[in-house]
Amino acid sequence: MDILKLTAVELAARIKAKEVTVLEAVEAVLGQIEKKEEELHCYVTVDREGAIKRAGEVQKAIDEGALTGPLAGVPVAVKDNMCTKDMLTTCSSKILNNFIPTFSAEAVIRLEEAGAVILGKTNMDEFAMGSTTETSAYGVTKNPWNIEHVPGGSSGGSAAAVVAEECFFALGSDTGGSIRQPASFCGVVGMKPTYGTVSRYGLIAYGSSLDQIGPLTKDVTDCAAILEVISSHDTKDSTSVERQDTDFTKALVDDVAGMKIGIPRDYFSSGIEPEVKEAVLAAANLLKEKGAIVEEFDLSLVEYAIPAYYTIAAAEASSNLERFDGVKYGYRTKESEGLHDMYKKTRSEGFGEEVKRRIMLGSFVLSSGYYDAYYLKALKVKALIKKAFDEAFEKYDVILGPVAPTTAPKLGSSLSDPIKMYLGDIYTISVNLAGLPGISIPCGMDKAGLPIGLQLIGNSFQEKKLIQTAYAYEQARGAFVKKEGN
Amino acid sequence: MANMISDETIDYVGILAKLDLSGEQKEQAKKDMGRMLDYIDKLNELDTEGVEPMSHVFPVSNVFREDVVTNGDDRANTIQNAPKEKDGMFMVPRTVE
Repeated sequence: MDILKLTAVELAARIKAKEVTVLEAVEAVLGQIEKKEEELHCYVTVDREGAIKRAGEVQKAIDEGALTGPLAGVPVAVKDNMCTKDMLTTCSSKILNNFIPTFSAEAVIRLEEAGAVILGKTNMDEFAMGSTTETSAYGVTKNPWNIEHVPGGSSGGSAAAVVAEECFFALGSDTGGSIRQPASFCGVVGMKPTYGTVSRYGLIAYGSSLDQIGPLTKDVTDCAAILEVISSHDTKDSTSVERQDTDFTKALVDDVAGMKIGIPRDYFSSGIEPEVKEAVLAAANLLKEKGAIVEEFDLSLVEYAIPAYYTIAAAEASSNLERFDGVKYGYRTKESEGLHDMYKKTRSEGFGEEVKRRIMLGSFVLSSGYYDAYYLKALKVKALIKKAFDEAFEKYDVILGPVAPTTAPKLGSSLSDPIKMYLGDIYTISVNLAGLPGISIPCGMDKAGLPIGLQLIGNSFQEKKLIQTAYAYEQARGAFVKKEGN
Repeated sequence: MANMISDETIDYVGILAKLDLSGEQKEQAKKDMGRMLDYIDKLNELDTEGVEPMSHVFPVSNVFREDVVTNGDDRANTIQNAPKEKDGMFMVPRTVE
């Protein structure tokens, strides 16, 4: 048995059956990290000693019967924008190059309570601002399917680590597609739950009204199991929602008979690569053959999501990132003349180009004289976009479309033209604006051998319909596995 | 480019954003912001007369709780990551002469 080929849920079952020890699993995955990291660079920090020590503690708790859950003993990677107590947390930024949190994010605590073993922190776009993981201050991550290509972003390190078997699953965060798009580019499953489902406590904020944490996994079963563990009502996050229906694994049912699936015509009108379109429509057909009712419809407003998003996200970012001032934590400039000069120099030296670009745009759209014309206008458009989805979900259980218009671009080809890069987020961004759940699942490959992702979007709190549809699709599709040397 | 960003505007944005920009960076920032605003102007194609701005997607407003102390003295932890500290306090450059 090759331990690394197991899914998270399979591994936990083997550990429970005493066929594999937690230490064997941790050592196997640390060995793989040793072998692959130099080439791929999925991690900013790997905590070998901590993981080995924790393996012993978790094994003991499993043996004593204290840990019985579906993730007990499973090694996990965490995106580097989630605080981990006593473990470096950089957000892939120079401004947090020395930040060791004194507390852990609620989602991380939930995983630890379930017996998961944290391996380290994955690379990302700086402050989650980007779609390629190339804006990281700590180097680029490469796509394990083809190292000349990006893994997507901003959770690129998490997605790449899952497919490269450098962890059994990973946590990511999604503000405009940052879980679903890298999942698509790396051929893994990624889910952004309904806003408020997973606590944002300890997640370093980018666009607070849009940010959600979610899993990146080898299959839909793992996705459901992990989401079930990390979902919680947390009074430390005032936007946390109290839900009773977080038993997501109950939705792992291979049945889509009568499921009403809508395909937005406007997702296929322009800019989409023919191979992506073909693969996504083929997936829709597969679901139709299994009894789903599949229809095309006009969602409308699709092209307005990106400008609305960049206004709102930049505005929130400019406010959220005010806290990085060289006083309380993180980097401080070496020399300065007085307090204000210290603030300015610290921030100018500590932030990268894309982060500064968004902070400036955000400061501008919130400034007096421009607030109504830009920021309020964007919030009104957000209301219209939400309404368009509400109307769609009166007719459909699930909306089906692509995750991104293309497969993973080549390294170095995206950052020179920000607006072109932003356009790649066209199918994912509106889901965040409307607070909806969305899942990305591999549905094919292009001629260059790069994965294509299928996106399923659900109404608020309808994760179960997404999981059921994704699971049924996965069963029909069969295995989607990256072969060695592929 | 429809949106021309003036030197005054970019200087003002630099103050708001607390960023120190070199001459070259300012020119680039003017270009980048102008292009982004041109793009964002697309929103003006939509008639939003009478539409309520939506800041939160769910119909919740304030979340209240009892004002009870749940944490103790956490000074050591709070100060742990400070770039500079003195006697358990954050230390900053002199602000008053």
